[in-house]
Amino acid sequence: MKVLTEKGIYRLLMIIALSAIAMLLLIVLFILKEGLPFIFITGIRDFLLSSEWKPAAGKFGIFPMLVGSLWVTLGAMIVGVPLGLAGAVFISEFIPRWAMKIIKPTIELLAGIPSVVYGFIGVMVLAPLIRDYFGGPGLSIAAGAIILGIMILPTILSISIDSIKAVPNSYREGAFALGATHWQTIHMVVIPAARSGIVAGIILGLGRAIGETMAVIMVVGNAVKLPGSAFDSVRTLTANIALEMGYATGKHREALFATGVVLLVIIMVLNYFAASAIKRGVKK
Amino acid sequence: MIIHPRHTQIIAISMLVILTVFTLAILVFIILFVFSKGLPYISFDFLFSNPEDMGKAGGIFPTLIGTIVLPLLAIIIATPLGVGTAVYLTEYTRENRITRIIRFGADCLAGIPSIIFGLFGFIFFVTTLEMGWSIISGSLTLAFMILPTIIRTSEEAIKAVPYSYREVGFSLGATLWQTVRKIVLPNALPGIVTGIMLSIGRSIGETAAVIFTAGSSLRIPNSVFDSIRTMSVHFYILAREGISSKNAYATAAVLIISILLINLVTYWIMNRFIAKKTK
Amino acid sequence: MRTKILIRTFFIIIVLIVMISGCGRRKQSITVAGSTAFQPFAEKLADQYMQIYPDAYITIQGGGSAVGIQSALSGAAQIGMADLVTLPEEAKALCSVIVARDGIAVIVNLKNQVNNLTSSQIREIYNGKIDNWKDVGGKDHPITVISREEGSGTRSSFESIIKNVSLTNNAIIQDSNGTVRETVVNDINTIGYISHGLVNDKIKPVLVNGIASTEEEIIKGRYALVRPIFFLTKETPKEKIKDFIDYILSKPGQETIKQNGLIPAK
Repeated sequence: MKVLTEKGIYRLLMIIALSAIAMLLLIVLFILKEGLPFIFITGIRDFLLSSEWKPAAGKFGIFPMLVGSLWVTLGAMIVGVPLGLAGAVFISEFIPRWAMKIIKPTIELLAGIPSVVYGFIGVMVLAPLIRDYFGGPGLSIAAGAIILGIMILPTILSISIDSIKAVPNSYREGAFALGATHWQTIHMVVIPAARSGIVAGIILGLGRAIGETMAVIMVVGNAVKLPGSAFDSVRTLTANIALEMGYATGKHREALFATGVVLLVIIMVLNYFAASAIKRGVKK
Repeated sequence: MIIHPRHTQIIAISMLVILTVFTLAILVFIILFVFSKGLPYISFDFLFSNPEDMGKAGGIFPTLIGTIVLPLLAIIIATPLGVGTAVYLTEYTRENRITRIIRFGADCLAGIPSIIFGLFGFIFFVTTLEMGWSIISGSLTLAFMILPTIIRTSEEAIKAVPYSYREVGFSLGATLWQTVRKIVLPNALPGIVTGIMLSIGRSIGETAAVIFTAGSSLRIPNSVFDSIRTMSVHFYILAREGISSKNAYATAAVLIISILLINLVTYWIMNRFIAKKTK
Repeated sequence: MRTKILIRTFFIIIVLIVMISGCGRRKQSITVAGSTAFQPFAEKLADQYMQIYPDAYITIQGGGSAVGIQSALSGAAQIGMADLVTLPEEAKALCSVIVARDGIAVIVNLKNQVNNLTSSQIREIYNGKIDNWKDVGGKDHPITVISREEGSGTRSSFESIIKNVSLTNNAIIQDSNGTVRETVVNDINTIGYISHGLVNDKIKPVLVNGIASTEEEIIKGRYALVRPIFFLTKETPKEKIKDFIDYILSKPGQETIKQNGLIPAK
């Protein structure tokens, strides 16, 4: 086995690494190449802030989709974050070890359930409830937000549990020694210590909510309009791409790639915040 | 008004209990809902016979093949690339600006919505390279999608191997590659396997990227250039088009069971390795 | 040692994959893609055809009429399916055959009281001018308009027959006939339109200008919402592709189309 010398292996690994990076760069460059020219020709302002999306008439404004994505994601956060956080704190601080052994795998199982299954439950169970009790078409921001909120729960839960568990026991002991109650210990010592991990979990969940496509197409109704209430139908950026991608040619296709660019930028910014949140945690 | 800490504690903890129970109840409801509607229809015939009438009757055999073949090919393509990259980044270069950029790039790509990968795969593999809707386009797209995850998890796993292990290797006169191959990689394996399993789970559940690259044909493929439908896509189409909600639920139940199996296998592998190490 | 073997097998497999992809693709398989309205029928026809000719291999893809045209042009599919009243400019370069005709049924929920709509009422509803069922003879509840996505053949046929439709912003968009139907099944306020062939007993097709969307009325030419279904090929169809198209146009093929609710080509 002297075919691969030490140097050969070094080269081989370098080639592998570079090609992997090249592949990933290829995607970004490809999307940018197809989408950016369109954005510059249309004008960033017109593209982002015009609310008329009529591809057949050559009108491409993604403002309604931006707003749609924003509301649905925000709603998902409102639903998912408190539940996820409370669950994580309770499970990691109060649940005995043996029960954890059952709960953790269940949560991981739920993280693996295909999003379309969540979407379908949204259509069958949630949308009719919303329609009956709040009016509107049922397929709405509220339905999307609740379904996405539930969908990101496992992500938030499992990352937060891990980071709360990682807080050294000596911190808790210190607080108890000072006469703090268990709750005081949790919200004054444990949560601040685990903050960066929790923030990272939330941001990951946020990313998943923004990026989710098929489940969202199923539950939000996909109307291109600025929503008047939480019970109106909207279309998200991802849904816009998936619904029309098959058809798109020429300008229309470029516009969808441009939508992809916007999505990409949003995700990059989010990741940047996530990375700096984690770094802050490490520095401390 | 100052509330006594003991009272805030009672209030806070009861809130926590309520929220936790609520959260777990929702999640358990979802699993039970799908199982109660789907499990009764699962049978040997359902799994291993061909669908009839667009899936209204018959089984899901071709989609079973699709669900196995697509993620498998994607893993076969992405694993050497991902692990190789991780080894290169951790063992063969020093931490510098370039590795940081690569890492940031991998992080960003890990967060990119799958629809973007679908968009890319559709235009690049299906149209530009003229591979058509096929197993190969689908698995390449999936490989791109899971590559960042594999790079990142392998990197973490390799980094977690204590430096002293490597020192032992070097002190015995082993070369860098020998050390990596015989000491670092075996010790990092559980972490790497977890990453791979995560990626398999993600590819099985993926719909958006697959439907636009592997298509949705319900036939058993002859070669990697034929289109195929995975179970997730099958479920999406059955449920969405109202073809058969009974078969849709059954497919969903099979999906959840397969993910459960994958998770169990992951746990088993991890435990085995941990047990071995402590021996 | 084990890792080495593992890595080696990985590489061998990759090389194999690259090699396979190197040697040309598609032996004898035919890909048919496009109109989601005709997709189920194409699926059935292909099944029957493959039973008669076991060595043929036909895969059917959806995507929509525009995909049908695009994939026929680009070669991603050998046959494109399109269900448009008039083919767009770029499709002029393709060979087209009408394989069937299809009515578009305007559908409402079973509990809806409305049974008849005129073309102009449908236009006003889809333009958002009429937004309550009581204005068209129903009970007092709001109208939820359901339409198809931009690029759908059913939508463009529907809009070009109804004329002057500029779809209301409030319209819910669904991306196939089946999903439009499911949405109408689930919501009493909705109105949608789907391929005549996919009407079932869970929804109610309304009369358009007093005429039902039955096969009889469509053949007579009295029902307004009818569009042809085209099969598009890049060149004049030959060999396997021609055989398949010929089969669809043959007596048993057209009989299948008829049995499943579409209207024969001739």
